[in-house]
Amino acid sequence: MIKITDLSKHYTSGEETVEALRGIDLAIEPGEFVSIMGQSGSGKSTLLSVLGGMNHPTSGEVEMAGVRLYALPGEKLADFRAQNLGFVFQSFHLIPYLTALENVMLPLAIAPLSRSAKHEAARGALERVGLGAKLDRLPSQLSGGEQERVAIARAIVNQPQIILADEPTGNLDSKTSDEVMALFRELNDGGQTVVMVTHNPDNCAYTDRTIFLKDGQVVAEGKA
Amino acid sequence: MKLHNIAINNLRRRKAKMAFLTIGLMVGIATIVTLVTLTKSMSGDIERKMDEFGANILITPRSNDLSMTYGGISLGGVSFDQREIREEDLARIHTIQNSRNISAVSPKVLGGIRAGERDVLLVGVDFDSELRMKQWWQIFGEAPRNDSEVLLGSEAANALEVMSGDKVELNGETFKVAGVLEQTGSQDDALVFAPLKKAQQLLGKEGKITLVEVAALCSGCPIGDMVVQIAEKLPDARVSAIQQVVESRLHALDQFRRFAFGVAAVVVFIGALIVFVTMMGSVNERTTEIGVFRAIGFRQSHIMRIILLEALLVSLLAGLLGYASGMGAAKLVLPFMAESKDALLAWDAMVAGGSVTLALLVGVLASLYPALHASRLDPTEALRAL
Repeated sequence: MIKITDLSKHYTSGEETVEALRGIDLAIEPGEFVSIMGQSGSGKSTLLSVLGGMNHPTSGEVEMAGVRLYALPGEKLADFRAQNLGFVFQSFHLIPYLTALENVMLPLAIAPLSRSAKHEAARGALERVGLGAKLDRLPSQLSGGEQERVAIARAIVNQPQIILADEPTGNLDSKTSDEVMALFRELNDGGQTVVMVTHNPDNCAYTDRTIFLKDGQVVAEGKA
Repeated sequence: MKLHNIAINNLRRRKAKMAFLTIGLMVGIATIVTLVTLTKSMSGDIERKMDEFGANILITPRSNDLSMTYGGISLGGVSFDQREIREEDLARIHTIQNSRNISAVSPKVLGGIRAGERDVLLVGVDFDSELRMKQWWQIFGEAPRNDSEVLLGSEAANALEVMSGDKVELNGETFKVAGVLEQTGSQDDALVFAPLKKAQQLLGKEGKITLVEVAALCSGCPIGDMVVQIAEKLPDARVSAIQQVVESRLHALDQFRRFAFGVAAVVVFIGALIVFVTMMGSVNERTTEIGVFRAIGFRQSHIMRIILLEALLVSLLAGLLGYASGMGAAKLVLPFMAESKDALLAWDAMVAGGSVTLALLVGVLASLYPALHASRLDPTEALRAL
């Protein structure tokens, strides 16, 4: 269960203060697939980064699996991310000098697992996203869709409770986008909570609920 | 996959960056190795040369005497409480703690003697050690090989009107002139040299020694210590360092060493600067990557470990290559810089270990701030997309 209470985030630039998020209250149930929609500058990416424990809010609370996220000291927050969250970034952000398998193994580099267990987990994640045959390819040797799949495999390799995805289909063609969304759906059907920021209304068809943001506030919610 | 795999893979697959970083530090280390090795090799060479030219410790009998010398004119002296060095005591010199620094021990007995119609100063020497100590001696003829042969200084030979191969009479006993010294410009020119035993017998000083010259090899030469050590072994003798010789050697070497260390310090500083700038550039280039690491749960200490491990590996490689190329450069340059053609390259485990350690130290210290900077990057800003 993710519980957000009266969440605000302000950025100050010189004398100007931008209110990216303004008093958001939100609850996301375990196993739910939620999309967050809104125009550019509506605060959706900021909301996702705050949810991901990477962006301290100006005020308000984020509670995740019974833990008040921002009450954790810095390195404990990093540990929380490692154990409970999986990230999929818009530009994939794969490490260019690591192979697909190594990129997927990255979150396990700090996990107390044997070398073979890490290999098995990463191989399993890549097979799950349909890239079992391209383990040793570098990101530059993969297509955009394949890179996205590697990024998804990296997000799920440590079996996190929650997957946070920022515009996961932003750089993909419509066919590949559909495949990637189907993959998210499949992961969600497997029991993982997925929170996805998107500007593509078609993607909302795959989700359980859509939250609309405008000027840093929730303006509407809708069930698919 | 562990943290070190990330560091190793980064270095392995970004060869150009790694090569640049390695070369930057390697050049610094190589320069230091070359300078230090050249300094040591040349110091060794100079020391060897200097040691060949005379003694630096003088042992004379202990006496309370008043020197009566003024302006280079000696009017003799007043000696009282005169003691003597016995020949059998000399073996004790080789039992001192720094005995391995002793290159030659040359005992001498001195005394006036009648040579035909003239008085000459006879010096009894052990020709083996005397010739080792006075390598500048040029002998016309040969060095005496038995008790019936003597060696004459050039002036003595002129005064006695003899040359090598002739006979000379000392205290009524006939000796063969085995050789005559080429003019040295020193007191040696006026002397008659005979084998020690024979001279003692001629002078009536059997078993007695007038003075002992000691040549000590000066690699880190503890002349002062050696003087004290010899004095302890020979309580009846006065042992003194020939200060002028010792100090001029030390001064020349010290100046050379200071110059080398000065240059080395500048080069290390430049090397550190190269590492710092390159590592800082590398961190800035990898901002997104570091953001990903932080987002997936890497702690700040994990990021630091990755960056510092990379620096450590590059520094290790730079240290090893720097040592090898520095020694290579020293080997090439040494023949042009050393005094003698056969100067030996100083292989020193300390220089090998020191250069690698220095490379590691400089590499890691110069990378400390970039690593800290990387670990403190805000993941949201680093990723920007979020």
